[in-house]
Amino acid sequence: MIVFLLVKIIVIFALVMLVVAYLTLLERKVLAHMQIRLGPMFAGWHGILQPIADGLKLFFKEDIITKEADKLFYFLSPALSIVPTIMIFAVIPFGDETTLWGLLKEPVKLSITELNIGLLYVFAMGGLSTYGVVFGGWSQNNKYALLGGVRAAAQLISYEVAFTLSVFGVVLLAGSLNLVDIVNKQKDMWYIVYQPIGFLLFLIASVAELKRTPFDLPEAESELVAGFHADYSSMKFAMFFMAEYASIIVCSCMGTVLFLGGWHGPSFLPPFVWYMLKVFVLMYIIIWLRATYPRLRYDQLMKFGWKVMIPLGFVNIFATAIVLILV
Amino acid sequence: MITPLLKGLWVTFKHFVSKPITVQYPKARVGSFDRYRGLQAIRRNPDGSIKCVACGLCEAVCPALAIKIEIGEHEGRRYPITYMLDGYRCIYCGLCEDVCPVNAIYLTKEYENVRYTKEELMLDKNTLLKRGEMVK
Repeated sequence: MIVFLLVKIIVIFALVMLVVAYLTLLERKVLAHMQIRLGPMFAGWHGILQPIADGLKLFFKEDIITKEADKLFYFLSPALSIVPTIMIFAVIPFGDETTLWGLLKEPVKLSITELNIGLLYVFAMGGLSTYGVVFGGWSQNNKYALLGGVRAAAQLISYEVAFTLSVFGVVLLAGSLNLVDIVNKQKDMWYIVYQPIGFLLFLIASVAELKRTPFDLPEAESELVAGFHADYSSMKFAMFFMAEYASIIVCSCMGTVLFLGGWHGPSFLPPFVWYMLKVFVLMYIIIWLRATYPRLRYDQLMKFGWKVMIPLGFVNIFATAIVLILV
Repeated sequence: MITPLLKGLWVTFKHFVSKPITVQYPKARVGSFDRYRGLQAIRRNPDGSIKCVACGLCEAVCPALAIKIEIGEHEGRRYPITYMLDGYRCIYCGLCEDVCPVNAIYLTKEYENVRYTKEELMLDKNTLLKRGEMVK
């Protein structure tokens, strides 16, 4: 059994790292085509080797540590931002059970563990990864990075509330925090049908949690150089980036599991393909939003978070609860 | 409030499915336009000798002082012993082409005048003649 677990961990970790690498290429390509450009074209066919080239480049770059940096937190924060993000993949289900086309005697579950408080665990880990950004911004002793870190703290904390509120409707409907249970309850009808506002709130809050345009104030290039990772270079910088792209995958997976029915779909495609299809549609939407919208002003961001997102989230929970009692 | 947001998404999606306008430069070229003035060349006579008669008008008219000619004489006919055109000084105004009485020097449509060393753009007689051959 322990061997199965190890194999699952290694396969999922490798898969996540592969998708992280190629998500950068996907993002560059989609952004380029939305700006009528071509994007990377030289490394391999249509830039297919570009992530490998980028990775190699980052490995061999000089690792610059500024004199003023607080060494402990400076070294800690890249790890602090990537480790919780990758740990979330321990509970995310990628499918029901499989025997790998009859290769195995007993069916194997397509998730590393099945926590009965899986959803809570996801939010706990998502909250932890905030520390990486905040400590990283503070430890560099650089005014731009500090501003980025402060903004990240304010933004992530306020949108964490909306993020959690947005999925409460789903929890009420499913009556469970177990992600596999939630998916199995959606066999007949996806929860996006019952929770359209919840899904919209979830999408907006997750884009804000991911620190991506239009909510990319912590790393606003035009005003803060690079924001919270201004003084980071080489693999430390790469780890921040891997954390960011891994959390895009997390958010897409969560959106699929909670609202889009996970691996359920018409039977002409296998469940895992349905799952990946939905995940990639959500990733595409997140990139699409980046290509379309300009950055919000800071007061607009806060006003939107506290005066629109959170009240709407409460109204959504309230309405869902009332409907559940009445029906 | 929602409509402009959706309109923006529609615009980006429309561009996503439209064909990119990028030209992959070293592989594909836009080329230069008809009246483009690029690097110079000197024409030859049908017998292969240089058409330039070393009158010195181009040297005199050149506003950037890019042309230096050393005049020589052979069987009663003037010819340039050396003809040095500094491609870095030249402003590609085309006055040398206008002023040339025998239509020897002219500006080609060659636009890729980037070199690794400065010496490579010091165009002497042979380089100019060679380009003249290549073009016409």
